Amino acid sequence: MNASSSSQPLISLRGVRKSFGPFEVLRGIDMDIRKGEVVAIIGPSGSGKSTILRTINGLTPINDGVIMVGEIKVNDPKVDKVKLRHRVGMVFQQYNLFPHKTVLENVAMAPIQVLKEPRSLVEERARKLLGEMRLPDKADSYPGELSGGQQQRVAIARALCMEPEVILFDEVTAALDPEMVKEVLAAVRKVAEDGMTCILVTHEMGFAREAADHIYFTDKGLIVEHAPPAEFFTRASDPRTKEFLSKVL
Amino acid sequence: MGDANVLARVLDWMPFVLTGFGLNVLMSLLAIAIGTAVGTFLGLGQLSQPLIIAVPSRLATQLFRNAPWLVLLFYCIFLMPYQVGIGGSVIVLPSWLRATIGFSFPVAANFSEIVRGAVNSVPRGQWEAAEALGYGRQSTLFRIILPQCVTRMIPPWMNLYALLLTATPLSVIVGVEEALGRTQAAVQALSDSRMLIPMYLALLAMFFIYAWPINRLSLMLERRFRTK
Repeated sequence: MNASSSSQPLISLRGVRKSFGPFEVLRGIDMDIRKGEVVAIIGPSGSGKSTILRTINGLTPINDGVIMVGEIKVNDPKVDKVKLRHRVGMVFQQYNLFPHKTVLENVAMAPIQVLKEPRSLVEERARKLLGEMRLPDKADSYPGELSGGQQQRVAIARALCMEPEVILFDEVTAALDPEMVKEVLAAVRKVAEDGMTCILVTHEMGFAREAADHIYFTDKGLIVEHAPPAEFFTRASDPRTKEFLSKVL
Repeated sequence: MGDANVLARVLDWMPFVLTGFGLNVLMSLLAIAIGTAVGTFLGLGQLSQPLIIAVPSRLATQLFRNAPWLVLLFYCIFLMPYQVGIGGSVIVLPSWLRATIGFSFPVAANFSEIVRGAVNSVPRGQWEAAEALGYGRQSTLFRIILPQCVTRMIPPWMNLYALLLTATPLSVIVGVEEALGRTQAAVQALSDSRMLIPMYLALLAMFFIYAWPINRLSLMLERRFRTK
């Protein structure tokens, strides 16, 4: 752990600010995430958690500050979007699978069409990923035929198939029925254990505690504190963190 | 004069009226083809980001959507030349063709709105997911959004067609010899007031038999696509 924490961070945010109209959602966010780290961002709703994620892959442009992913400056207006999205994958709360495409096409289409990789290679990789997501027999199904949990696992396979260096998970279990939360969390866990750098926004405190290397707590557009989970959940120092934890634990 | 006699006299005139109805069908088919093609461009224009394309597309759509069809028809009949010279040859534009072009304007404007509405009805998450996978705006539209829209656009498009067909008799006012015009001519030739109602009933039946299955089909498709 020491060796990796002294190396260059894969992702860094410095003084990131974002306003929607008169409302400032992010009021100066600093973060450093190293390769292979699993980071959970928690906090009350409306505290800007999801916005932080969306600024990292450039879905939400920022007003001020600097975001670096490797050597890519995300907030550069001339940033190579394809290169950025190749390195940063994302999984959404509402899965957002393409309903008119089969599961296999959903997983394989972007690497083929956007990254211009050979179809046979990508499809082989996609099938392997569907196997890892325990969906080997669903390749030819359409998203509408799958349960929410299955759809979300397809979405994870779709993100993985781009072979990114980091995956952003935006409340990936929030839209699921309780019995499906577990299977999706297990899938996220597997991705993390395979060494993928993961940034997750989640309300699953138990999962954050077990799976994350580091926890960030946000409130009103600021990072109030961050610490490894053992420390965070037992010795939170800030009163806002304490109040939040007392509500959710 | 018995009912059988009335029916026989109506049937006598049917080939004459049906030939006119053929013109209604021809005008409607041509106008829906032109209107759909132009409307697709207008609709995509409305959705495009550069204002130089979006603003004129929106203006044209609103203008032709909110103008009475008959007024547009008058414009086309009286402002368009009777003949156009292409190269050396002169092509005469018969009034039914000019009327068809007149009908194409409101059809294009309405289809433009169908395209815009269908694209906007696709959830935002689809755009975001595509963007997160590295797709640009255009390839997202053509590869991911529009393919989902086609099924949503078919039922309103078919309704538009049925509406267009039932509007084609307007062209009688500008002298097109279609079904309504021919029915009027037939009634005059019969010069028998008892034939008035049966002749117009036959005309109504003609339109109904043609348009009703289209409306039913569009309703059926709408239900099928909704449940999917």
